[in-house]
Amino acid sequence: MIPSAFDYAAPTTVEEALALLAGADASGDDVKLLAGGQSLIPVMKLRLADPSLVVDLGRIPGLSGITDNGSSLTIGAMTPHHVMATDPLIAAHVPLLSQAAATVADPQVRHRGTFGGALVHADPAGDMPAPALAMDAVFNITGPAGPRSVEAAGFFQGYFTTAVEEGEILTSITVPKFDGWGSHYEKFTRVAQQWSIVAVAALVRVEGGVIAEARLGLTNMASTPLRASATEAALAGCAVDAEAIAAACAHAAEGTDPASDLNGDAAYRRHLATVVARRAVLAAVGLQGTRG
Amino acid sequence: MSTTTESAHSSGPSPEIGKSRLRKEDARLITGRSRYTDNMVLPGMLHLAMVRSPYAHARITNIELTEAKAAPGVFAVLTGTDLAAEQGSLPNAWPVTPDQKAPAHPAVAIEEVAFAGEIVAVVIARSAAAARDAAELVDVDYDELPVVMDLEEAFTDAVLAHTSLESNKSATWVFDSAEAGTGTSIEDALAASDVVVERTLYQQRLIPAFMEPRSTVVDPTGEQITMYSATQIPHILRVMLALTLGIPESKLRVIAPDVGGGFGGKLQVTPEEIITLLAARRMGKPCKFTETRSESLQVGHHGRAQVQRMKIGATKEGIVTGLSVNLLADMGAYLGLITSGIPILGAFMYNSIYKFPAYRFECNNIFTNKPWTDAYRGAGRPEATFAIERMMDELATELNMDPLVLREKNWIKHTEFPFATVAGLEYDTGNYEAATAKAVALFDYDGLRAEQKRRRDAGATIQLGIGVSTFTEMCGLAPSRVLGALNYAAGGWEHAQVRVLPTGNVEVVTGSSAHGQGHETAWSQLVADRLGVPFENVEVLHGDTQVSQRGLDTYGSRSLTVGGMAVLAAADKVIEKAKVIAAHLMEASEEDLDFTNGAFTVRGTDTSTSFSEIAFAVFSAHNMPDGVEPNLDSEATFDPVNFSYPHGTHLAAMEVDTETGQVKVLKYVCVDDIGVVVNPMIVEGQVHGGLAQGISQALYEEAVYDDAGTLVSGSFVDYLVPGAPDLPHYITARTETPATSNQLGAKGVGEAGTIASTPAIVNGVLDAIRHLGVTDIKMPCTPSRVWHALQEAKSTGGVQ
Repeated sequence: MIPSAFDYAAPTTVEEALALLAGADASGDDVKLLAGGQSLIPVMKLRLADPSLVVDLGRIPGLSGITDNGSSLTIGAMTPHHVMATDPLIAAHVPLLSQAAATVADPQVRHRGTFGGALVHADPAGDMPAPALAMDAVFNITGPAGPRSVEAAGFFQGYFTTAVEEGEILTSITVPKFDGWGSHYEKFTRVAQQWSIVAVAALVRVEGGVIAEARLGLTNMASTPLRASATEAALAGCAVDAEAIAAACAHAAEGTDPASDLNGDAAYRRHLATVVARRAVLAAVGLQGTRG
Repeated sequence: MSTTTESAHSSGPSPEIGKSRLRKEDARLITGRSRYTDNMVLPGMLHLAMVRSPYAHARITNIELTEAKAAPGVFAVLTGTDLAAEQGSLPNAWPVTPDQKAPAHPAVAIEEVAFAGEIVAVVIARSAAAARDAAELVDVDYDELPVVMDLEEAFTDAVLAHTSLESNKSATWVFDSAEAGTGTSIEDALAASDVVVERTLYQQRLIPAFMEPRSTVVDPTGEQITMYSATQIPHILRVMLALTLGIPESKLRVIAPDVGGGFGGKLQVTPEEIITLLAARRMGKPCKFTETRSESLQVGHHGRAQVQRMKIGATKEGIVTGLSVNLLADMGAYLGLITSGIPILGAFMYNSIYKFPAYRFECNNIFTNKPWTDAYRGAGRPEATFAIERMMDELATELNMDPLVLREKNWIKHTEFPFATVAGLEYDTGNYEAATAKAVALFDYDGLRAEQKRRRDAGATIQLGIGVSTFTEMCGLAPSRVLGALNYAAGGWEHAQVRVLPTGNVEVVTGSSAHGQGHETAWSQLVADRLGVPFENVEVLHGDTQVSQRGLDTYGSRSLTVGGMAVLAAADKVIEKAKVIAAHLMEASEEDLDFTNGAFTVRGTDTSTSFSEIAFAVFSAHNMPDGVEPNLDSEATFDPVNFSYPHGTHLAAMEVDTETGQVKVLKYVCVDDIGVVVNPMIVEGQVHGGLAQGISQALYEEAVYDDAGTLVSGSFVDYLVPGAPDLPHYITARTETPATSNQLGAKGVGEAGTIASTPAIVNGVLDAIRHLGVTDIKMPCTPSRVWHALQEAKSTGGVQ
């Protein structure tokens, strides 16, 4: 468990970091950005990645923390999962993120691992991408050409691949407030501390006893997080009723392309998606007895 | 129904035995003031990295070393050819049959590799990082050969695991009760049975996954070669190194410093130990090799991996008439130290606590292109217990009988001990009725059966099942004679010394060295009691062949029942020696002395002398009786006359989510009878850890390979080991029927939880969904497997 030799840089400004990335790009060096290191360091130790330069973002002030913009929150990319799980602003306005962050790995990982790092890493089984997608988060990226923003729908592009190009840094994520919505992140695992086998991030707005709008993000049902569009459509206008919700969630696996692995084959994951989606929605609307 | 043992010794009540002392070794172990092998840093020490085959079966055609040898910090790069003259063949100490077949087993492969991860070259460098970097520069050419990964396929010999062998079959070992004279003919018994249930059960391959990866440091400087190793078996290792490498045993010193777990996984003579020794000898400098976690999972020996073809016969009243066991046991690619004997250890346990008259056991030891299997917590006995307890549940289902009722009809009653079993053992004591009654009460068996019925009737999503496992095991390995009869190379005795220091402090030297079990505490309790010295004044030394010259090490729940007895016997010899001197000092007759609470008293007087006074008198030796040497130190070797037979009843209430296949342990009760207990807290810890490991086999762990022979579950992401949140709050209790095979009455507890819990869990899972048409699920019972089993049952009309 010894990584290959690499150079290490710890810039103190974003500009300095961008310059390091540009320099590495020019000399053809393989460079990796280090956020919390909870995925990067293990793959380096296993020699599955052997960057020649590691740029540590941990000493740049201003990349961490939560800002209230009125109708939205802007979350620094380096904000640790532990903060995501416990911050009062997050809990008040986007509790889905607290709920998802609290399920990430174990306390040690949650204290080191970051929201932005998990999003850019884009592991299909990671817990933060699906909620970000369900919320239509906006990803604030900066690079040689200056800052730009990418909508969630265009951010996750493939297996471990996002819209963040080489030479760019994800600096923050802006999420709209979901005041008045119910939310729940339902994660299915074999043991408590495990990557999601399947998980569903649910946001549900109920008006007059009827589901007015629902947003569902699916974790690990394809190479990227997905929206359960068919279920979202079926839930709109649906009564807050277990049977009706179950019927809508039977569509949760439509359009998905899950992998087969030691935790289950694709058929099992498709089935799980319907069950986990139903449980997520039932919890989001506050219906008890979700497990018959 | 508990009974208590008579006082274990003559000097009155036992203040220490039975006391939950905090473990004296824990302060250093949990604060890092410890000495694990990888902590060793010796002057001029070099580091090794292994180059391992990525192929499960291949011929080595060329190894290019130039680039690696030229890399910074590299001292040497060695291949199997370089070491051919000195590395020998790794030892197998248990040839189970005279015609057992085994391939040569060089530490570094020379011509052919037979599993992925086999070592093909070794880099020796200034630092571990330099060695690792250079290992990547070794360029090996292979010609791939066909691989055989599946045990049942290997049995057909369609593909051979080794080109040097004509068959994948290593040995066939048979026990037949009619031939052995311990029972009747199985064929006749099954033919005459009202019911015969036939099942094929699978023991998945498991990885011991001890906390401290294996590590070896060898110091060749000085008159002896000193090896530090994270091993369970410093003494056996020393003998085996001498025999394998032709080094005089007296020129070898092996030290097992603090060792972080083993579970049988460190009961081995490893290629890495051989290689590190040879490298150090060649370089004339200390060398270290510490495996990575990936290497530990990939090539540390594995456990279980058997196919169990079972037939059980019974009358319609539920009296078992006989059992036939036909095993395929996966050796992996080579025979390790006791690989071949592991399934044979199970042969004596398939009859378990039952008294049926006919039994036949046949085991075929088979080679595959996987790492070799060997001892893993329970070693043969968990497999046996799983199979018989699963079969008892299948039989109960067939007969429409409560599984506990069926067991009670067949078990040995407590009035029937000692009992000669159909497998040829003599069980000394036991009380299965008492343990079961206690477990049933703690579990609320009837209440949970009612709840199960309620959920079934309601068609609840979460169904409830009750898993039963009544077990016994043979512990205290082992009577040397029995091991001899089984062709095992070594004996089963254990050795101890008790050394008395001038101040009256006592050093206890044990040949059974701990790797997490708490010997330092337990042995201190034993000796404090026996000699009447304070617990704190006893120091336990172990794990260094120069300190503890004789020993057979730690495995098979043997430490207390064998090693502990040697300690007590040595302490008794100290008392005998001290008595002579005490009589002399007090000018009294030995016959008139009593030894109580650490002092000799002249009976009927106030005259007494303390143990520490005698110790100092012996040290000064100013006033010794004529002809008596000034030395209280004593040693003893204990060879048990029989195994010990812990037993117990385990009950598991299992919830199965029929929508997802998710399984949860709702309630777990175990009542273990492990005889007399020295330290209840240590016992509780052993039971909890054992349960976790057994439950984990049932639900979580499996070494999975792809068709090419690559370990897919090669990290803890995929080789699932549960954490504290995944395991239930255990309800544990004990009954106590003292063993008669040792003076303390202890039976051993290291493996009990592991052996008993696996079938309890699987029986419980099946009991929860059997009414839905599911009759079997392979371990581990993952949610995916449970769900697929439910779907299959539904599609074949098994569902109500």
